[in-house]
Amino acid sequence: MTDQAAVEKLKAKFPGSVLEVKEFRGELTLTVKAEDIVAICTFCKKELGYTMLADLAGLDLSAMGVAGPRFQVVYNIYNIKAKQRLRLKAPVEERGPRIDTVSGVWGSANWLERECWDLMGISFNNHPDLRRILMPDDWVGHPLRKDYPVQGPDREPYQGRQI
Amino acid sequence: MGVDQPLGSNFVTTSLDKLVNWSRSRSLWPMTFGLACCAIEMMATGAARFDLDRFGVLFRASPRQADLIVIAGTVTKKMLPVIQTVYEQMPEPRYVIAMGACACSGGVFDTYSTVQGIDEALPVDVYIPGCPPRPEGLLYGLLKLQEKIMKERNTFGAAIGLGEVVREV
Repeated sequence: MTDQAAVEKLKAKFPGSVLEVKEFRGELTLTVKAEDIVAICTFCKKELGYTMLADLAGLDLSAMGVAGPRFQVVYNIYNIKAKQRLRLKAPVEERGPRIDTVSGVWGSANWLERECWDLMGISFNNHPDLRRILMPDDWVGHPLRKDYPVQGPDREPYQGRQI
Repeated sequence: MGVDQPLGSNFVTTSLDKLVNWSRSRSLWPMTFGLACCAIEMMATGAARFDLDRFGVLFRASPRQADLIVIAGTVTKKMLPVIQTVYEQMPEPRYVIAMGACACSGGVFDTYSTVQGIDEALPVDVYIPGCPPRPEGLLYGLLKLQEKIMKERNTFGAAIGLGEVVREV
């Protein structure tokens, strides 16, 4: 099955949920509705053969000057047999950002979603163990958000070298 | 000297300070503890080419047997409680060497997650600059620490309840 065939199947199965299809330098990116992420991921794994979740990441678009929701959750999935990659993006609203977990689909999503929550503050519904994974347990805030000060909230930001 | 020496040259006379400082400074046993790339350089310093053993510096696997902790690398805020625990487990007298730019000042990691110098948490005896310092740099730092220990006054006496430690002005 080619990439395009997979996209056609996804479009046919979830007509209202595939918001955008983009191809750039041979990489396919689908923007999909966050509400249907579990159904779409299950379909991708069971029917289309994308058996591996290569990476899961959070995006903060607030500094990009683009319209639409502030956050996105990105799923890079891989069809090992066909050696094909697909990228799914799910927009998530700024207020109380949350999306359903896909750790029931791919087990590797467990820690990746913990990382996404730890650093980006995107919450995952029904996650089995949503704790911080990189920062200390008692950390306050989500440091990879664009409004988080690089040198930490308790320090003056660097002003350049003073002569 | 005017003093009879019936036992020949089997005795030397010295001060307790000199004896204690000499034995302490010539058997500095560091904790086996590395944090980042500086630890690689520390291991190289311990290995055959630079050979820390010839200074009596033997890495120990337990803080209970260690006199010295070389903070070799970037100290993250998540790692800091671990370092403090290891330091507290070391028996006195204990010494701290901050090895490299990160341990001295945070180095290039001027970020929310990095401690800006281990001296925020531990009393540092010797700072070694460099990123990372060459093994010669670490050796020089160890020699400086030996010099510093040789200048201590009455630390042994104070430990057994005889007077106070004399601080140099």
